Amino acid sequence: MSATTVRAVAPAERRRRRTGSLLGLAAWLCGIAFFLPVAWMVLTSFHSEADAATNPPSVGAGLTLHGYREFFGAGTGVSPWPPLLNSLTASVASTLLVLALAVPAAYALSIKPVRKWSDVLFFFLSTKMLPLVAGLLPVYLIAQNVRMLDDIWLLVILYTSMNLPIAVWMMRSFLAEVPVEILEAASIDGAGLPTTLVRIVAPVALPGIAATALISFIFSWNELLFARVLTGIVAGTSPVFLTGFVTSQGLFLAKVCAAATVISLPVLAAGFAAQDKLVQGLSLGAVK
Amino acid sequence: MLPALVFLIVVTQLPFVATVVISFVRWNALAPDNRGFAAFDNYKAVFTDPAMRSAIWTTVLLTVTVVLVSLVLGLGLALLLDRKFTGRGVVRTMLITPFLVVPVAAALLWKHALYNASYGLINGTLTWIWKLFGSADPPQPDWMTTSPLAAVEVALIWQWTPFMMLILLAGLQSRPADAVEAARVDGASTWDVFRYLTLPHLRRYLELAALLGTIYVVQNFDAVFTITSGGLGTGNLPYTIYQTFYQAHDYGRASAQGVVVVVCSLLVATFALRTVSSLLREEITR
Repeated sequence: MSATTVRAVAPAERRRRRTGSLLGLAAWLCGIAFFLPVAWMVLTSFHSEADAATNPPSVGAGLTLHGYREFFGAGTGVSPWPPLLNSLTASVASTLLVLALAVPAAYALSIKPVRKWSDVLFFFLSTKMLPLVAGLLPVYLIAQNVRMLDDIWLLVILYTSMNLPIAVWMMRSFLAEVPVEILEAASIDGAGLPTTLVRIVAPVALPGIAATALISFIFSWNELLFARVLTGIVAGTSPVFLTGFVTSQGLFLAKVCAAATVISLPVLAAGFAAQDKLVQGLSLGAVK
Repeated sequence: MLPALVFLIVVTQLPFVATVVISFVRWNALAPDNRGFAAFDNYKAVFTDPAMRSAIWTTVLLTVTVVLVSLVLGLGLALLLDRKFTGRGVVRTMLITPFLVVPVAAALLWKHALYNASYGLINGTLTWIWKLFGSADPPQPDWMTTSPLAAVEVALIWQWTPFMMLILLAGLQSRPADAVEAARVDGASTWDVFRYLTLPHLRRYLELAALLGTIYVVQNFDAVFTITSGGLGTGNLPYTIYQTFYQAHDYGRASAQGVVVVVCSLLVATFALRTVSSLLREEITR
């Protein structure tokens, strides 16, 4: 009996394995196709300007650091360090601020349900749906009046408001995973709120906090519109520097690719390092 | 919770109130003395402006195309990645990369290194292929002038497909395996499993991905600004408002445009939030 079943299953199993490896191949091809532009950007950044702008492309041309030396100001005198530092300040400071505001809010929304919690949650998300550009002018005028134009801390405030709603959403679903029983047990054992937060909630929610921080960092680092309108020479961030880089230098493809690579590097590194957190975070845990 | 609420109201809601007020004022920064109550003049200007009408249409077209195509592609990729095969981790890393490249850098990359008519990778590859067959006369279209909106869309789809894939992959991995096993034993085909088990399970993830994608693509500025500078019918709403405000310095009219955009967004948002509320209702509340 069992022998006949095995014989009957075998061809189907073989067919399944063949489609399996075909699908694996398809996945590889898709992966390479999506990765190709980035690989091309990095390769071009290591080419000389002459090799970068050839048709057909010169894939095997010799490699050089010329583009990177130019980007870091060797030939032009324009240093990319201030914009890179500005981006770092704006992203890190606003991410910290987002966490400081989002964690208590999410705690209130998930662990100790307040009345109408879903309405509040809707409000948080709805602020995200209003196009930021429609608030740009008043922000510009206010900043002009309080002399905060071209001040990196203005961007810190705006980026915080930009990322706060998503952060609250994400944090809430991560905090909701803390089992109620443990919280009750802790309160019976006489643990106060600070102790409960540090000893019980934090360890469970830490991966979620990391994912939220990562997303907030990425969106702040990438932002262009506000940075372009509200900053200038002093507080310009990397994306602003990148747009100016092209127009003021004319087109040097290798140098532009080097610049794009350097500026993308922090986000790429963080994203690769925390892929699993990113998957979890982007699904917002909202649909578990 | 209160600090977060207060902060959000002050930083996001108050500027909108100011925008509404300014939209009724005749105010061009280039003519500071000619300032006064304009009643509905700004709105009249907005609604009779053909550029504004085309910007609305462009925004809708851009958003719907980018979100739908990247959602379908993302679903396909997520399904491929949900299986076990050699080097799955490497493929996933490669697929995520476009999402992690800074948008301005990505836009520059597409504009100069890929689309460029004389030395971009796309036309360069065409030259290479034509040479293989002994032809010295390859087609060299100027992608950004012949199909500017498609050029922007392709670059955006490339950036957003990984985002959709990530969300849907998380959805697939939370799918209970035993149900699929049971269906298989009962003789269900691959298509049946996808249609009756996977797709219903993914519905909420699909909705979430579409919602978040729409929020970000509607507000896209970087790609439009960098690739075409809003030319040739690619100026979307954020870019148009930016121009009215930053280049024409017409504060009154820019505000009126902003208000129109907000009203449109609210209509879409109400619809979308209803979808999300179904997401919430099914969630276990505590």
